[in-house]
Amino acid sequence: MDKQVQETQSPQAFDMWGLTPLQILLFALADDEFILGYRNSEWTGIAPILEEDVAFSSMSQDEIGHARLYYELLQELTGTMADKLAYSRKPNEYLCCRLVEHRKLDWAHAIARQFLYDTADHVRLEALTHSKYEPLANATQKIIREEKYHLMHGDMWLTRLAKLSTDSRARLEGALVVLWPDALGIFEPLPGEEQLIADGVLPGTMSDMCTDWLGQITPYFYNLELPFPATLDERTGLYIPTVEPVYGGRRGQHTGEFTELWKEMTSVYRLDPEAVW
Amino acid sequence: MRVAQKITEDSVREALLEVMDPEIPSLSIVDLGVVGNVAVSSDAIEVELMPTFVGCPALEIMKDSVKERLHALAPDHEAHVRVTMTEPWTTDRISEKGRQILKSSGFAPPPTTAMPARANLIQLMPVAECPYCGSRKTVMENAFGPTLCRAIYYCANCRQPFEQFKQV
Repeated sequence: MDKQVQETQSPQAFDMWGLTPLQILLFALADDEFILGYRNSEWTGIAPILEEDVAFSSMSQDEIGHARLYYELLQELTGTMADKLAYSRKPNEYLCCRLVEHRKLDWAHAIARQFLYDTADHVRLEALTHSKYEPLANATQKIIREEKYHLMHGDMWLTRLAKLSTDSRARLEGALVVLWPDALGIFEPLPGEEQLIADGVLPGTMSDMCTDWLGQITPYFYNLELPFPATLDERTGLYIPTVEPVYGGRRGQHTGEFTELWKEMTSVYRLDPEAVW
Repeated sequence: MRVAQKITEDSVREALLEVMDPEIPSLSIVDLGVVGNVAVSSDAIEVELMPTFVGCPALEIMKDSVKERLHALAPDHEAHVRVTMTEPWTTDRISEKGRQILKSSGFAPPPTTAMPARANLIQLMPVAECPYCGSRKTVMENAFGPTLCRAIYYCANCRQPFEQFKQV
């Protein structure tokens, strides 16, 4: 993984437009973890309690680590160094979903996003452990073992906020209503998805994973009587979303919040792309 | 005159017993199970390291320490240290001696049985045994601790907080 890779690109340019479907998938995975890692680090030092300062900082560290692993897989495929892939692209060349872009709001919003993302990511990771692209199957088998602690943390807080007080519950419900369309956008179909399925890289469509996810998280939302915008199709036994998903992230279309984050996180790289620690 | 020892896989593993985990300095990387395949040729040694957690910042330090130790062991050999994730590191790779060292250093060793799960999705932390008094009257305070691989617990019996090496 850490072997020296020949630089085949100029320092400034990385051509996003000639990406293969596999590279698009890897960028989507890497960018989701990378951007969420940045966003979660916004709680470092100011979370409501010390334990959560540690928890959000640790999850952020995990996410950036996972992003690096995906970028290293891309490094093997493209010959461009992982750091450059992470920092040298223009905002419209990032393929993260909209859910991970939002800046820190209140605690309920942070917990709602984390729970929605982690449960969806779990379904996606589980599918990818069966990928016929072996480096990705290996990476996801490693990552899924670590993510279980994120799920455990999200489960604890979702329950706590739902039951603690009318205020915490109202804030949680409000955050969920706002976030649901973005959460469904995690499973936006990828450009070139048919090819990935034909090659066995992707064991199922994003749409199938979304259905699987909705089925898996129903019990939590029903038990806690939280907003769950999906209905059961009696004929198929599958859940169908009742709100419109927000798509665009996988095609490089992002919010103003993302552009602000991009400016900040790439500022050092843009000053001096060759700088080292 | 010092007679050059023949370098073998065993002598490399033995030398690596002196390379400690920077985050738990009483535990060697061999007992931690981080050392994977070791290959020795007439002029080179290749050691594979299996990272505990993907985002673990100690990995770079481990790589440098391994290189340094290999160089001291066999100055005539080239030392290659490679990180591999082909087979994931799991807590089952921690040796029995490693588990004892963890315990005597104030850490509950990771559980060896599968974690209970709720609805296939959320796994639950198993009960941890207090490394100080052995009581199982303990509660998890935080699934995240001072490093990625450690969770924080509290013992209701001896009223001592302690850390558990997380199972992965």
